[in-house]
Amino acid sequence: MKPLRRFLDNIKPHFEKGGKFEKLHSTFDAFETFLFVPDKVTTQGSHIRDYIDMKRTMSLVVISLIPALLFGMWNVGYQHYLATGQEGTTLELFWEGFKLVLPIVVVSYVTGLAIEFAFAQIRGHEVNEGFLVSGMLIPLVLPVDVPLWMVAVATAFAVIIGKEVFGGTGMNILNPALTARAFLFFAYPAYMSGNQVWTHGLMEGEGIVDGFSGATPLSMAAEGNVGNIPPVSDMFFGFIPGSIGETSVVAVAIGAVILLFTGVGSWRIMLSTFVGGLVMGLILNLFAVNPFMEIPAWEHLIMGGFAFGAVFMATDPVTAARTKKGKYIYGFLIGLLAILIRVVNPAYPEGVMLAILLMNVFAPLIDHYVVESNINKRLKRAEVKAA
Amino acid sequence: MPDVHKIRRGLNIPLKGKAEKVIRNADPARYYGVKPGDFNGIRTKLMAWPGDRVKAGNPLFYNKLQPHVKYPSPVSGKISEVHRGERRKILEVVVEADSIMEYEDFGKGEPQDMSRDDIVDKLTQSGLWAFIRQRPYSIAANPEDDPKAIFISGFNTAPLAPDNDFLIKGEGEDFQRGVDALTKLTSGKVHLNLNSDYPPSEVFTKTKGVQINWFTGPHPAGNVGVQINRIDPINQGEVVWYVYPQDIITIGRLFGKGIYDASKVIALTGSEVKKPLYYRLLRGASIENLVRDNVETGNVRYISGSVLTGEKISSEGYLGFYDDQVTVIPEGDYHEFLGWAKPGFNKFSMSRTFFSWLQPNRRYRLDTNLHGGERAYVVSGEYEKVFPMDIYPVQLIKAIMIEDIELMEKLGIYEVDEEDFALCEFVCTSKTPVQSIVRQGLDMMREEMT
Repeated sequence: MKPLRRFLDNIKPHFEKGGKFEKLHSTFDAFETFLFVPDKVTTQGSHIRDYIDMKRTMSLVVISLIPALLFGMWNVGYQHYLATGQEGTTLELFWEGFKLVLPIVVVSYVTGLAIEFAFAQIRGHEVNEGFLVSGMLIPLVLPVDVPLWMVAVATAFAVIIGKEVFGGTGMNILNPALTARAFLFFAYPAYMSGNQVWTHGLMEGEGIVDGFSGATPLSMAAEGNVGNIPPVSDMFFGFIPGSIGETSVVAVAIGAVILLFTGVGSWRIMLSTFVGGLVMGLILNLFAVNPFMEIPAWEHLIMGGFAFGAVFMATDPVTAARTKKGKYIYGFLIGLLAILIRVVNPAYPEGVMLAILLMNVFAPLIDHYVVESNINKRLKRAEVKAA
Repeated sequence: MPDVHKIRRGLNIPLKGKAEKVIRNADPARYYGVKPGDFNGIRTKLMAWPGDRVKAGNPLFYNKLQPHVKYPSPVSGKISEVHRGERRKILEVVVEADSIMEYEDFGKGEPQDMSRDDIVDKLTQSGLWAFIRQRPYSIAANPEDDPKAIFISGFNTAPLAPDNDFLIKGEGEDFQRGVDALTKLTSGKVHLNLNSDYPPSEVFTKTKGVQINWFTGPHPAGNVGVQINRIDPINQGEVVWYVYPQDIITIGRLFGKGIYDASKVIALTGSEVKKPLYYRLLRGASIENLVRDNVETGNVRYISGSVLTGEKISSEGYLGFYDDQVTVIPEGDYHEFLGWAKPGFNKFSMSRTFFSWLQPNRRYRLDTNLHGGERAYVVSGEYEKVFPMDIYPVQLIKAIMIEDIELMEKLGIYEVDEEDFALCEFVCTSKTPVQSIVRQGLDMMREEMT
């Protein structure tokens, strides 16, 4: 890799202050540090440092999302073939989905990264790796038939309003990917809800098999059509319509294992989110007055985007609670609210997105009280001593 | 064994280059240096100038902010140089040693028969008072304070740290004498904290006049700050003193022999040292004789102290005032192609993000590369895994960053020192310079309170 290094060293001066391409400094720096870990050594404090850095952390989250992405691609093809009554091999189904999903991923990354690079340059910062994850999360929480321009607009909104105005990665209050999702949900409600957007081809309505509704299990349940909910195994493995990456609990679980084993994801948040969901499910079972409320509590955990949200969205460290105790409370309330909104509020077929965004807003408050209790403990200790 | 304080959160960094338990007498160094940078909260005022002759124990400089604290020359000789840095700040005072040592005589005396004032006088006159430091702020103690306790950590858990039991072997008499002096300085207890994982030296266990507390766990269990936090945490307005074991021995010798005998044992460690051993030498000695022909070729970094908290010195640099370890590790000034994406079988990390977790017993040759760029805080819960105090580390760091004195106080800044945050800095994904932030915070507090 010496020639590449030499080439970079040769062109580097042009991107420094006073160089021809000074305005592209952050961009150059991003690519340079992507290719080569910098030769920067410690100058103060600890002389040695852990090998982990933001690039490693973020790339591990992206890797943990890949099972969900690949399965999502296959499932898009599967649902489309199901809707049109065709038959195909696994590879054909995957290829069909790949062709539909890849453009969404590309648009999300290109839009987001372009904005990130521009902001980094304006601020004179290094480009932050945060969007590598957001850029993958956004496609996975969208329906397959979302127009690409909507993806671009939503991504731009999420990155600028959701993140950069607060100071960039690490400073944002709301999860950027969910901000994008919420933006589409509220800006284009007619388009983003209903049964048709989840399966490719339903919008155009050509060649659709009679009786194929494209309804997700949750929208069926919301309509009181609980009897027709697909079998548990289908929901668990993910052979159902839904957002691209959210349907398969298995794929999400593989991601969760990667996140937990490497220590990148918080088990406290994941666990407490599931517990919260289960508790609310049980409460609803107890006071059940309609079929939706009678759905067994544990089934809620594999429906819709609950598992995906708990594993990949709630655990975003920037927007989650940062204290240990806070994480338990934060996750528990997300689980609780997600199921509550899902079952009780007819306007939103899925509650996970809103529950997480709401708790994002409350996370600093939770932390505040946790830290405050530590402060009080210290004050009390001093008082006891003085008395 | 009475109750053991278990430290659960922490990290032992498995480095190569542990010193073999053999003590050699180092060839006497020609030059000795005392560095004001080793002392916190100091405004240096010289007491000896280039060309002046000094005896061992004569002061080289004192602290204008704490005039009772003088810093003595470890050897007799001629002041050869005073190195200055930016804005004429004094970096080191260098003494060229005589071939035959002359000691300033401070008079003998058994501390048990002496009054507190006499002990204080002897320590301040001889400059050995500098060995007694206080929390908060980790500055030299103020003799007018009555500390609520004095803490001695009898074990060191830092990476490649010397074995204290080995360092103090056979020094029981002087150690006891030093402890006797300390017990006169406080109306509270003198705590001696030992590691319960193995039977410690009898020098420690047979010491009279101390309360022995037992600890177990990974680094920073040996940090005195962690021990104070467990046993008798510092509240606002309280002062705790602490002294290192070898410094107590030096204090003991002052009373036993009436002189500043600066000899001590240090460990020469690190992956780049050919023969890592223990050496007996004088404080402030140039490390030149230790590392000559004893270090692997290549670009290396010499550190007085441990890799976590030590200070970078040159190959002719001087041993720090409080240090009992010299570490030599490779510099990391290289570019690594896609380094962050490699499997990383040889890359140590607290997390399991690199495949080095496959070899849990491996020892590593770690270099000084930062391994990434500095970022805003993203990851949470990371510091808490290596910070065993009942304090919220990130919240405290942020309070320091925004210079909120009141919040720093509430979050427990009086109980911490930068060394307690060294592991946080090591594990930080965002590469935040944690220790220097904590130091800024402590300095800010100190200036605010005086």
